[in-house]
Order: sequence, then structure tokens, then C-alpha cells
Amino acid sequence: MGKYVLMLLIEILPNKCDFCGCCVGVCPEDAIELKEAEIKIDEVLCTNCSKCVWSCPIEVLKFNKPSKTG
Amino acid sequence: MQKKYDVIVVGGGPAGSMAARFAAEQGATVIILEKDRDIGYPVRCGEAVSKVGIEEFIEPDEKFISTTIDKFSMIAPDGTEVVLPSEQIVYILERRIFDFELAKQAANRGVEIITRAYVNGLLFEEGKVCGVKFEYKGEQHELKSKVVIAADGVESRVGRWAGIKTHIDFREMESCVQVTASNIDINTNTLYFYFGKEIAPEGYLWIFPKYNKSANIGLGVSGEIGRKRSAQKYLDHFMDKHYPNAPILTQIAGGVPSSITLDKISAPGIILVGDAARQVNPLSGGGIVSGMIGGKIGGTIVGEAIIKNDSNHILTYDKAWRDRLGRRHEVFDRIKNSVYSFSDEKFNSLAQAFSKVPIEKRTLGNLFKTALINKPSLLIDIAKVFVFK
Repeated sequence: MGKYVLMLLIEILPNKCDFCGCCVGVCPEDAIELKEAEIKIDEVLCTNCSKCVWSCPIEVLKFNKPSKTG
Repeated sequence: MQKKYDVIVVGGGPAGSMAARFAAEQGATVIILEKDRDIGYPVRCGEAVSKVGIEEFIEPDEKFISTTIDKFSMIAPDGTEVVLPSEQIVYILERRIFDFELAKQAANRGVEIITRAYVNGLLFEEGKVCGVKFEYKGEQHELKSKVVIAADGVESRVGRWAGIKTHIDFREMESCVQVTASNIDINTNTLYFYFGKEIAPEGYLWIFPKYNKSANIGLGVSGEIGRKRSAQKYLDHFMDKHYPNAPILTQIAGGVPSSITLDKISAPGIILVGDAARQVNPLSGGGIVSGMIGGKIGGTIVGEAIIKNDSNHILTYDKAWRDRLGRRHEVFDRIKNSVYSFSDEKFNSLAQAFSKVPIEKRTLGNLFKTALINKPSLLIDIAKVFVFK
């Protein structure tokens, strides 16, 4: 109780990614892993800074505002 | 596969293939690990290069040249078009064939290549990089080498694992989308560039003609712009307006690190080449030839270090790159920052003024000089780059 846990607020929308690497290139934390056709965010390393969201040319990434109860 | 190589190159694009080839020419044993299934595919690029640029590396051949260009057309926000002759012949490539040929050049010099080999870590020995960890056919492997060459493109993670700060400021990342559309009625010898806030703020839209009435139509916007509106939305808007029913053969996304070269592109046991090192021309966004040059310089120095058995020799790569192109890219970056700050009115008045210049006097250098006439410090830069070469 009371312990602050940073939740992953960045979402990768399914079936949209072209695996171009823009998000990986701008990530200051090296929190995004990109294989040939597979992408994932490391929730421990991610700080929800959203630079990946702004740099995605095709709107694959989304920042979800935390809900008040969460 | 051997147990150990002199050099492991991560990434089989133009920079990686050239680094591998030139290291092998010095006598090093070299392997390329490429994460994708194919060398040269997927293409993430507008595919334009200058003839002189590629001739340093490969004989131009019609099998990888889609069209030959000798004119530029610049279109201002109000539609004013300025056509100027190109001082150099430009080619639009078929990258998937071109990259294949570059990899074959390396292979013919004894370089081994493996595709679908995904590098996910580095090996260290006394603080020095000494190989890679990689996943291949579902299994994790380790491979040792004297030097690792990171040619892993815009995403550039390999350098980070060696402690080199490679991530790019989101404002300097040009996030791009491109379609290859068919049945496009344009001059096949002309590159078209569109400027303006509505079309591509802090960037430009390009139409590069390809064989048989097709064309690469794409644009890039910086992360600062992408925050409000994505590159995709800008391109959709342009296509709806200009080519609403064009058949689309390919659509791709890609990133151009539109900045000066990283401060540091070598460390003990590792160097970075191509987009991974941020060796892109920041003004044009062109990275094929500059990446190949980076690969050649880096590969040669690494090969020399292996043969001389002098591991510190690879650290001379930073200066060698800076002398050949790095310093020039700093100049291009200053010009880019000025051009980015232009208002639409400035682009319009510039196009109108320049369209009165006789065609034989229209050069890119003159265009930038006219554009930046109020910035005397940049005029010297422009003269350095475009007038004296």
C-alpha cells in the first residue's frame, strides 16, 4: 500500500506496425525491442515519456492516460 | 559458420555490406548478421542517389537503376514551380536489387552472410567488446570477434550496449511514410520536392519517378510535428488531393535520423557505420552513399587494425569520417535548420524570385544563396558546400 509503481501507459496497437524502427531510434531508455516482425516495450525500462508515440509515422503507438482509480 | 571471426557486422544494408567488403579486402575474416529474412528488403527509402556517389563502389547497372534524373522541380506552398537542372546525374534505384548486389560484392571477397540472425546483446572481455549474442532459428547463440561493426540502422541499439549514446532526439527524427504508386503522369527525368506547412512542415514531400509510370511518393516530418499530426495523415491528405485513385503498389514507413553524426562512433572493440552512426546528410535526408562511405572508411580501418594487430587503430575512425564527410554534414545541418524555419510566404516569394532567374543560372547553390540572403554567416557555408565543392 502506498508504494508507487510506474505503470506502462504506452500501448502498441495490434496489426498496424511496419517495424520501421523510428520508435526504437528515439527511445532514450532502450526500452523497445524490434525483431524482424515483432515489437515490444519493456515495462521496467519504459518511463512513459511518449517520444516513441510522437515519432511513429503511422500511429501505431498510443499513450493511455492513467485512470483515476488505477 | 566458424567459431570466431575477426569482424562481425550487424546489419546487411549498404553501410554494413561496404564495411564487410572493405574489412575483407584488408584480409580480415568477416561475417554479416542480418535480422530480416532478405538482404535489401523491406525497402525503407526514397531510393535516390547521385551517379558519382555510387560509382566509388559499384558500376552503375540498369538492373538496379529504375530511372535516370537530370532535373529538380521545387514546388512552393502556393504552387509556384521552379525547375532547375541538376549538376549531377541522379539515379532512382531498385534498392532490393542494389542492396543484393552490394552484399554479393562482399560475399565475393569471402564475407559470410546469415539472414534472420537477430543480434540481442554484446560480449565483453575486460571492458572491450569481443563479440555478439544472437538469436537464430529459435536458439540463442554467442559468437566471438575482435571487432563488432554496428550497421544496425536507424534503430541503432548495438552501439548503446557498448555505452555509446546513440538515441536520436525526437525533434531530429524525420518520421517518413512512402507509397510506390502506379499510373503517375510526371516527367521521368525529374525529382519533385513540395514544401510548406500544409504538405510537410519541417520536412518535404518527394515524388521520385520510377520505371513505367510508377513513382515513390513520400514525406517526412519531425517528431515535433508528429506530436500533433502523423506523417501518415499528411501523406493521405496529399494523395487525396493530387492522386486520389492511384494504384498503390507498396506502402512503407521509415525513419531518417536527420542530424549531425554522433559525437563518438568508435569504442574499444566496436565501431558504428551508416544510419546507426547518424551518417545521413541532414539537409537532404540522403543516407545511402554517405552510409557506404562510412562503411568503407570504417571497414578499411578495422581491417587494417586486424592485420596490424593494433586494436587501438579503430579509434582513428572518428577523425577519418569527420575529415571526409562529418564536418560537411555539420554545415548541411545549419542550412537545414534555417530552411526549416521558413514561413510559407518565404517559400512562395523565393520561388517567384527564382523563377525569373534564367534556367542556365539556376543552381542549388544559387537557390540557397537567394533563400538565405539575410543570413550572411550561412552564405559562407553555402559557398563551401555548393560553389567550391
